Amino acid sequence: MKIFIQFLGIVGIWQLGEWIHRMLSIPIPGSILGMLILFTLLVLNIIKLEWVENCADFLLKHLAFFFIPSGVGLIAALELLKKNWIPLFIIIFISTIVVMGITGKIVEKFVKD
Amino acid sequence: MLNHHFFGIIISLITFNIGLFIYKKTKLPILNPILISILLIVGILLNFEIPLESYDKGGRLISFFLGPATVVLAIPMYKQLPVLKKHIKAILIGISGGVITSISVVIALAKAFELDHTLKLSLIPKSITTPIGIAISESLGGISSIAVIAIIITGILGAIMAPFICKIFKIHHSVAKGIAIGTSSHAVGTSKALEMGETEGAMSSLSIALAGVITVFLAPLFVRIFSYFNL
Repeated sequence: MKIFIQFLGIVGIWQLGEWIHRMLSIPIPGSILGMLILFTLLVLNIIKLEWVENCADFLLKHLAFFFIPSGVGLIAALELLKKNWIPLFIIIFISTIVVMGITGKIVEKFVKD
Repeated sequence: MLNHHFFGIIISLITFNIGLFIYKKTKLPILNPILISILLIVGILLNFEIPLESYDKGGRLISFFLGPATVVLAIPMYKQLPVLKKHIKAILIGISGGVITSISVVIALAKAFELDHTLKLSLIPKSITTPIGIAISESLGGISSIAVIAIIITGILGAIMAPFICKIFKIHHSVAKGIAIGTSSHAVGTSKALEMGETEGAMSSLSIALAGVITVFLAPLFVRIFSYFNL
């Protein structure tokens, strides 16, 4: 029951984000605005961590499961994927190395011990 | 059966648990449970000629939870607040630099391979956490399923290669290693960062949501700038 009430609160924050997204017609998705709202409310101590923690732990623990259907949608893009899988893989491979390397080098320049 | 919501939900639960079982037995990053689940479902649907819509009746119910799950990504970020404050400058500059590098490299390589425009847009969120990546690929006009696959493969490669990449680029500081791994390969890479050390793990976890948020703000901007130069 407690988890369900927490869930309703989280859905409320999400819908608030979606509403702001529509009202201001900005390119930032509503769910991410919701995340920024929740973060701000936590930092300002308006929402206490305990009020949302149980439900949040549940959602985060099963996060991976929730994006399976988005991945299955690749059936609709199968032809495109078949034709392009080699360049796609090369781009993913190279960019992963470069991004990790450059990010690390930048942080090392600015980090204090 | 096929026309019921349960079909999509049950087949997702079964294949995901098969994926989890295989991953736990082998501990091989390449046998990622989500990847196994997606490929099994795609195989089943194609093999038995089941239309995607039948699966998606239940699938949409599962996808609904992506919204609330994205909202609560605020919590791991909030829990890391002391670390964030301590290294705020290095973290923000490092992650922003990484995000800009990621967008630029993807666009440049897509141009080099003469990749389809929608495919290019689908690859832009490849380094960030999946729920945010799905939202970004949709708002940029990419294909979210390709974004999901690209994100998972990026995570797997990041987890496998992290120790070598840190060695080749001579990244020694634990904070730098953690941020580099989290920014380039989200939660899947973070599993490796957690093995490398406590600081690496904490910094990598923190970078997951931050890199996602920074990408949300920078991706539309950079896509526009690059398209101005016909890239």
